[in-house]
Amino acid sequence: MTAEHKESAVEAQATATRDIYIPSERASVSGGGRPHVVAKDFSIYYGDFQAVKKVNADILSQYVTAIIGPSGCGKSTFLRAINRMNDLIPSCHTTGMLQFDGEDVYGKLTDEVLLRKKIGMVFQKPNPFPKSIFDNIAYGPRLHGMTDRKQLQAIVEKSLRKAALWDEVSDRLDRNALGLSGGQQQRLCVARTLAVEPEILLLDEPTSALDPKATAKIEDLIQELRGSYTIMIVTHNMQQASRVSDYTMFFYEGELVEYAETAQLFTNPKDRMTEDYITGRFS
Amino acid sequence: MNLGTRKILDNSFTAVGMGSIVVMALALLVVLTPIVYNGVGSVFFTGTIEHRTMLYKEFGRGDAKAIETQTATADRYRAEAYRMLSDFEQEMEGMSLEASRQYRSKYAPVRAAMSSLLGPLPGDPVPMLTRFQYGQTRWEKAEEKLHNILYEKKWDYSDPTVMAKAFDVPRAEEFAGTKLAPLFSYAERHLADMMQPQFTVYWGFFTDRSLDAHIFGGIWPEIQGTFFLAIGAMLFAFPLGVIAAVYFTEYAKEGFFTSILRSANSTLAGVPSIVFGLFGLAFFINTMKVSESKSVLAGALTLAIMILPTIIRAAEEAILSVPKTYKEASLGLGSTKWNTIVTVILPAALPGIITGGIISLGRAAGETAPIIFTAAVSVGSAIGIADVFSSPTPALSWNIYNLASEHEMASEIRHVQYGMVLSLVSIVLLLNLSAILLRAKISQKLKG
Ligand SMILES: Nc1ncnc2c1ncn2[C@@H]1O[C@H](COP(=O)(O)OP(=O)(O)O)[C@@H](O)[C@H]1O
Ligand SMILES: [Mg+2]
Repeated sequence: MTAEHKESAVEAQATATRDIYIPSERASVSGGGRPHVVAKDFSIYYGDFQAVKKVNADILSQYVTAIIGPSGCGKSTFLRAINRMNDLIPSCHTTGMLQFDGEDVYGKLTDEVLLRKKIGMVFQKPNPFPKSIFDNIAYGPRLHGMTDRKQLQAIVEKSLRKAALWDEVSDRLDRNALGLSGGQQQRLCVARTLAVEPEILLLDEPTSALDPKATAKIEDLIQELRGSYTIMIVTHNMQQASRVSDYTMFFYEGELVEYAETAQLFTNPKDRMTEDYITGRFS
Repeated sequence: MNLGTRKILDNSFTAVGMGSIVVMALALLVVLTPIVYNGVGSVFFTGTIEHRTMLYKEFGRGDAKAIETQTATADRYRAEAYRMLSDFEQEMEGMSLEASRQYRSKYAPVRAAMSSLLGPLPGDPVPMLTRFQYGQTRWEKAEEKLHNILYEKKWDYSDPTVMAKAFDVPRAEEFAGTKLAPLFSYAERHLADMMQPQFTVYWGFFTDRSLDAHIFGGIWPEIQGTFFLAIGAMLFAFPLGVIAAVYFTEYAKEGFFTSILRSANSTLAGVPSIVFGLFGLAFFINTMKVSESKSVLAGALTLAIMILPTIIRAAEEAILSVPKTYKEASLGLGSTKWNTIVTVILPAALPGIITGGIISLGRAAGETAPIIFTAAVSVGSAIGIADVFSSPTPALSWNIYNLASEHEMASEIRHVQYGMVLSLVSIVLLLNLSAILLRAKISQKLKG
């Protein structure tokens, strides 16, 4: 179910029957659209339990890809497999092939530390370190050898600006990050990830712990970042998927049921199961 | 179970719980009150001119002028008493052989008691032992000695079915009609004049060396030894314990080997401390030969082994309580496992780790058994930091035991013993208090 390469803007098919907002027009991203992450018969197991089943998909660079599906269908498992966060779970193993930039993610020679530097992740619950705002953002750059205070300051500012948080925190960078509001903390986590200058951003339900206002800010942020980063976002909120993404993957019980341009998937799903899910017949 | 019984049960549990807390508080009060009262008495007390003279001669401290005038006054009153003694001695010369022998045997204890109160009597050779070179340095002790002068203690054996009872016989009656007779009322009247009592604050108790096995002087060697041993133990046990905890929580694969290690650690935590003491002697001194015989090093190593399980456990718990999300966040940024542990997990676990460490430090400071065979001596001077590899040291815990049970003049220096107990209790309490404060401070910083 490889998504088709998108060149032109998506025409909104007016489908007033569904209360899902479909952007009328999405600009194509120049220079984007090459297969950034490629899954070939890719399965993930927890012990004997197959949580993700033989997924075949190309994730296209610079675009936003949403992953939707009912709880427990393997969305997080699939997302965490991409930067090998599942390595933390001893029982977890994979079969098939997953490539990042043409390289085997699970290859014997792959350095998962380097991989995670290129594929950053933001988690469901905001998880800033119990350090100052500055130290949170500078954590990654320092880790990778940056020590010069000036350089660090520059990158902290740049990252916070990109995460649309600079104006709110520029006067209290030395305060503990845990003092920020939930929404600010989540944007801080995005900024922290951006500071490492990754190519891919993985977002696992980044707004599920946030109020609507903070959610809107994160969604705006995703729009801002679209085009500069390949973004994958897991969400159980279909409106959100339709608002922020260019492509959508629908998972059901570990299987990738449908993967298409977001507008198409929501207006004209090919699979009955997809249709049932997005119309709310089950959840 | 119906509502009524449940309520009764609940209430009785509450009552029992409250009751036991009250009992514990009372027990603590009963134990701590005499310790604090008597311990404070080793620093704040009514001292005599003998105390001031002793401090001046042995430690070179004090107001020489004041001591001189007070000594002159005291000596004037003492001279009178001394005169009575020598008059009586002369009187005995002129007595019949029989009478003089009788008086002589009664007179000997009086003379001894006088010497114990006032120090060497005129004409006596200067004693070799420091303890006999001075009279009583504390007022309450002087009063005790006065009692010994005034009364002879006799035992009533008339009823063989009960223990013999002690009763006092005034000596004045025994010497009635002799030239010694006026001494008793004189001594009673002029005790203060002879001793010059004065409220004394003796901070030197904590910082002075001990003189003649704690008869005079302070307990600095013990305090210093306690610190050396406890801190030395921490130097070994803390890093090792934290590393072991990191291994257990982050690296060890669950399996046979790990579970053996874990249960070994738990077992070690329950081993009686005397066993560690013997182990320390057998292993560190006899086998490893870290030192010729007892040394601070051997004691610190032994204590380290003893507190290691506690530190490991506390650190393990602290590390496990660090939210998993911190680890994920760090790894997600491309950090290595080791780096994540050092820069994120350990700092976040620090409050717990430090608490465990300081509580262990308190335990190391307080334990006696592990150092009996490995490090402690009952009498000794403070050792230099360079001597820790080869010299044993006095330490509070061991010397408290020693003063309570083995010291030949234990009953004369109870105040020193209480002073040591109070010092040890204070050190341990202070350590625990600082652990609580430090923890609160770091937690505060982590919370933002
Ligand atoms: N650590 C784990 N060990 C075993 N099974 C797991 C683990 N994590 C998730 N699973 C199982 O894998 C399936 C997919 O989980 P997940 O990827 O978290 O779902 P989603 O994010 O779509 O809600 C679920 O059935 C879940 O129970
Ligand atoms: Mg999930």
